Amino acid sequence: MATTSTALTVTRAGARPRLRSGALAQSARVFARDRQAMVGLLIIAIVGGAALAAPLISPWDPLTSASVERLSPIGTPGHVLGTDEQGRDILSRLIWGGRASLLVGILPTVTAGVVALGLGLLAGYLGGAVDHVIMRALDVFFAFPLVLLAIAIVGVIGPGMGNQMFALAVVLVPYSTRVVRTATLSVKPLEFVEAARALGASGGRLVGRHLLPNVLPPLLVYTSTLVGMMIVASAGLSFLGLGVQPPTPDWGVMVGNGRLVLYRAAHVATIPGIVIVVAALAFNFVGDGLREALDPRARR
Amino acid sequence: MIVYVLQRLLGLVPVLFGITVVIFLTMKLIPGDVARALLGPMANDQSLAQLRHALGLDQAIHVQYAKWLWRALHGDLGLSPIVHKPVVELLLPKFGNTLILAGASFGLAVVGGVAVGVLAASRQQTMVDRASMGASLVIGNMPPFWLGLVLIVFFAIDLRWLPSLGMYSSRGDGGFSDLLAHLIMPAIATAAAPGAIIARMTRASVLEILGQDYIKVARSKGLPERAVLGLHALRVAWPPILTISGLQLGYLLGGAVFTEEVFGWPGLGRQLVSSVIARDVQAVQGAALFIALSFVMVNLVVDLLNLYLDPRSRPA
Repeated sequence: MATTSTALTVTRAGARPRLRSGALAQSARVFARDRQAMVGLLIIAIVGGAALAAPLISPWDPLTSASVERLSPIGTPGHVLGTDEQGRDILSRLIWGGRASLLVGILPTVTAGVVALGLGLLAGYLGGAVDHVIMRALDVFFAFPLVLLAIAIVGVIGPGMGNQMFALAVVLVPYSTRVVRTATLSVKPLEFVEAARALGASGGRLVGRHLLPNVLPPLLVYTSTLVGMMIVASAGLSFLGLGVQPPTPDWGVMVGNGRLVLYRAAHVATIPGIVIVVAALAFNFVGDGLREALDPRARR
Repeated sequence: MIVYVLQRLLGLVPVLFGITVVIFLTMKLIPGDVARALLGPMANDQSLAQLRHALGLDQAIHVQYAKWLWRALHGDLGLSPIVHKPVVELLLPKFGNTLILAGASFGLAVVGGVAVGVLAASRQQTMVDRASMGASLVIGNMPPFWLGLVLIVFFAIDLRWLPSLGMYSSRGDGGFSDLLAHLIMPAIATAAAPGAIIARMTRASVLEILGQDYIKVARSKGLPERAVLGLHALRVAWPPILTISGLQLGYLLGGAVFTEEVFGWPGLGRQLVSSVIARDVQAVQGAALFIALSFVMVNLVVDLLNLYLDPRSRPA
């Protein structure tokens, strides 16, 4: 570790490292020692890796019926998790479904985080009228329950995977912006920011160099816990027929389709749900681990 | 105290104003011409202009908003072009049904969550604690629609104990016991995730108080653990629990949409989803207004209740 940090100071002579490598290394150590976070990371790697490698590892095509036998039960030879109402292999659809399901869970959350970073820094740094206008405008969004607002937005712009992601991103922006603004306000009055300002640092430099590095960790922690929630929420929208559209494989769509054959073959609906729970849990484990690693006050 | 309540009420005005503006503007953002949609592709320019004038669509947007708001304040949310009914008439009974489901779920989530949380806190670091907290972690991440289906598989299909669809059975007497039988599963599915969060928060809140000096005094003077928990710890712990429970309401209402859909519960959420699928903008707009207004009111009640119950939250 020592050699890396020396190398860093040599190559970036004169430049101030954004995050002291010592603090970063310590955070990484805390995170790596967190067993729950590591389990979460492992699950995400398996589910995400399987989704990425779907063309290589998927035993059957997810869209065409692989077997003459429809609704075959768990443990059928050739179809470990059985087949659905159209005779499609459930395991293959789960593997391929990870692509859409993880994407609609992760992308809106990250997009909202980026937008929130801009809005929150602007509101927190400039203060005054700008802060007031931004925060009062966002207050209106807090008057709607999150998922219901997303459904209403889809109602206006129409169902579909792209619109679903747009709606989820919109409803998340106020929440993430609040986190960024609070973090900005807590750092802004600190002495090192004052000192930089007294030394003549420009507004852009103050924000980019001094506020941003201190605002990113809480936003990262918050975003990582949101992803788990969004995987559940976006699966819900797809379940209702408002998000990812069939025949594209998606975990929420699979539960929705399985519901129609619930009385004949319950596993068609229940298995994808288990995958949703496990994936959401994994992201929560990682989020909790990040919180412990990046927020010294949260450490036990 | 009264000043604070008045301030809180005044603070609602811009929020309510914002809600109506947002809801009104979303309707305006929808691509397509309303007049053309109503008259069809064969309409000529003159009749289109006449209809636009009749609907007030040729007026400035702020005039349209003022007129819409005025009508909304008088309980007129327009006509649903899909079901050919006034939107208010369509939504009011659904709203009542959602209140039944949401009320039962909220009660269940708070009672269950607080009970589990207190139990876990009082048996800290035992198997009971670990098992209940582990379970609440898993349950907290369960999609309500999936949990609803699992409940149906067990209690309606396998055991045949409970009905799986609707609010009343077609051959039933439509009485309270019939409603209750239909309510159990949707209420559990809706309450599960918020209840799990309340349990975790309650545990943390009680544990924090159990570590304080006055609890040590109560214990060292020989009070039984039951009295320490009930008389001393809970009295202080439950205002934050109330706040946390209030915060779960939005989450709970969001979950209710899915359970209403799964269990065929004729509520506002299910109506919202079918209106969205039918692209019935008028009804979507009305439902959004209903939901936002009731959510704002509930949050206000929780705030004021907290203020009344917890002297520490009162401004000096």
